[in-house]
Amino acid sequence: MKNTFKIATLAAAIGLSGQALASLAYVSNEKDNTLSIIDTATQEVVDTIDVGARPRGILLSKDHTKLYICASDDDTVQVLDLATRKIIDTLPSGEDPEQFALHPNNRHLYIANEDDAIVTVVDVETKDVLAQIDVGVEPEGMAVSPDGKWAVNTSETSSMLHWINTETFEIEKNTVVGQRPRHVEFNKDSKIAWASAEIGGTVHIFDVDTIEEIKQIDFKIKGVPQDRVQPVGIELTSDGKYAFVALGPSNHVAVVDAQTYEVLDYLLVGARVWQLDLDKDEKFLYTTNGVSSDVSVIDVEGLKVIKSIKVGRFPWGVVIDPTS
Amino acid sequence: MGFKGRLLITSVFCSWLLAPASAAALDVKVGYIHWLPDQGPVLSNVTPEPEDAGLRGAELGIADNNATGKFLDQNYALESVMASDEEGAMAALEEMLKNGIDLLVTRVPADTLQAMAKRAGDKALLFNAGASDDALRIGECQPNVLHTIPSYAMLTDALAQWLNMRRWKEVFLITGPTDQDKAWADAFRRASKRFGLEIVADKPWTFDSDLRRTASKELPAFTQASDYDAVVVADVRGDFGEYVPFNTWLPRPVVGTQGMGPEAWHRVVEAWGAAQLQNRFRELADRDMYSEDYAAWAAIRSIGTTVTGLSEAGHSNIREYLFSDDFQLAAFKGRKLTYRPWNGQLRQPIPLVHPQGLVATPPLEGFLHRDSELDTLGYDRPESDCRIN
Repeated sequence: MKNTFKIATLAAAIGLSGQALASLAYVSNEKDNTLSIIDTATQEVVDTIDVGARPRGILLSKDHTKLYICASDDDTVQVLDLATRKIIDTLPSGEDPEQFALHPNNRHLYIANEDDAIVTVVDVETKDVLAQIDVGVEPEGMAVSPDGKWAVNTSETSSMLHWINTETFEIEKNTVVGQRPRHVEFNKDSKIAWASAEIGGTVHIFDVDTIEEIKQIDFKIKGVPQDRVQPVGIELTSDGKYAFVALGPSNHVAVVDAQTYEVLDYLLVGARVWQLDLDKDEKFLYTTNGVSSDVSVIDVEGLKVIKSIKVGRFPWGVVIDPTS
Repeated sequence: MGFKGRLLITSVFCSWLLAPASAAALDVKVGYIHWLPDQGPVLSNVTPEPEDAGLRGAELGIADNNATGKFLDQNYALESVMASDEEGAMAALEEMLKNGIDLLVTRVPADTLQAMAKRAGDKALLFNAGASDDALRIGECQPNVLHTIPSYAMLTDALAQWLNMRRWKEVFLITGPTDQDKAWADAFRRASKRFGLEIVADKPWTFDSDLRRTASKELPAFTQASDYDAVVVADVRGDFGEYVPFNTWLPRPVVGTQGMGPEAWHRVVEAWGAAQLQNRFRELADRDMYSEDYAAWAAIRSIGTTVTGLSEAGHSNIREYLFSDDFQLAAFKGRKLTYRPWNGQLRQPIPLVHPQGLVATPPLEGFLHRDSELDTLGYDRPESDCRIN
């Protein structure tokens, strides 16, 4: 039965890809050990594939041919070939990899090892471990600036951002932010970095040249207790207009003016919203909702939630391949 | 780590010199004092509580603080004493005060804690990680004592909230013979009034036979009543309670100190990053993390979070910060934890667990409070005579 079903969905997927080149969204399902693949044209799940244990962070290679998957409970990073949808390789990752970021050179992968309080840097071509960098307790968020200069790691229990020089692999600065920092996002020109603090309930804006905090954003949602407002994922539009901030168990996504840092709106999505990604034209934003096991689709122009798509259990990360 | 032959590890250590606000190194010493009176023999000794419950949590708290502190040039150390009697515990306090330790975590009975608080006076700040007695939170509060272990009222309010939510409102209460059992049951009686439950039978446990032979015969008769929705057991030390489930007169769930019940912490808690804390603890202690471990850990993390925020130590500074709006503790319970200014109790969600799983984590949705939903658990400001600030 299961096989027939798989063949059927695969056939459907092939049929669709023959028609139009809509881009695909990949969603990691933490408690199902699967990836859901969503066709962004129809906004439906077109395939579900088995991956390693407890998949969390996922990201695309810079040439969009591969997807890297943190299989946390397998203590490895898997490499998925997007053309065949097969796991073709694994990378040494250190223990319990949760999030990672790829340097613009398409080779240096920075992996946060949550249980070991280190960041591991792996060359994805040679599979050499280039460095292991001691960071604070429970390293989580990982970002590399688009200009390739900085790798920033957040340590949740230490409530710090560790600013790693990508040439020396050494920490140059540690900045204390709100409690339980989860995610860092650089803007396009690498001048500004956004960092979310889940328990602090805040987003911290950093000037990257000076590595100084220039602004703290607070959130208030009518009718939601303040301690349920827990910022996690951040996504910026490339035109510099908006930042979208996933606010966890408040079940809302905040829309922030990326120039003035003012909160413009709160959009109601599924339960415990974690991560988000824009589609290729930046017309739609996809959010993973961990507790309701679905993905919400937000119309960016109208700032409206238009759809929810059921995926696997505890969807964690979402990335959209703009070229597929 | 399985990187095989292709290793090229450059072990890079952090540049401590570049830590922000790089003042002089800060050494923070925390004392931990543990003394428990003999619990007496119990019928059910299948899973005895580890003797170092509390201590190992304190050790993990110190390790977590140091992992953060190394970037800020802050060093934490623990001095721990496992005393064999009350005199030993008081002597340990004396010694620590003499050595200038002004931050203490205790796992001692309420009376001993009171004596320690009086002795420490304005010389130290104490974190109670062992005594759940409500009296310490409603009338006998000490300005130099904070409580990271939940009170009996918080635990039983969590249970009563859930019973209300399930509409299992008529309960059969069985109370053991110890003072702690009675204190737990008193708290539950209060909780049942707050959350609209009715105690249809309220019986003290009086049998003294060995239940391993006779549970199936004695308990059905003991729990005979016309009807009830659940049986609530108050057996804090775990004497007879394990024999109640499946031996009740009516086919009803058993909740309370046995069966399914409220805990500050339990190995089945895994959401909100708790899996990471459980993993770290298991690696350190080679066993599961208990409520007392969590309470001691939370106390030391409160200290660490404060020292990180202030870049200075000293118990009066720390106390002031702990009660300020700046303080928030990230403690794997899904929301920030803070201290109640009137009695020093750490507000916290309470997991309701059975041995193999999590059932719910009150405060539950729909139980409202004007300031914090967490204050629906335990003695709220108007219900407590304490004003320690």
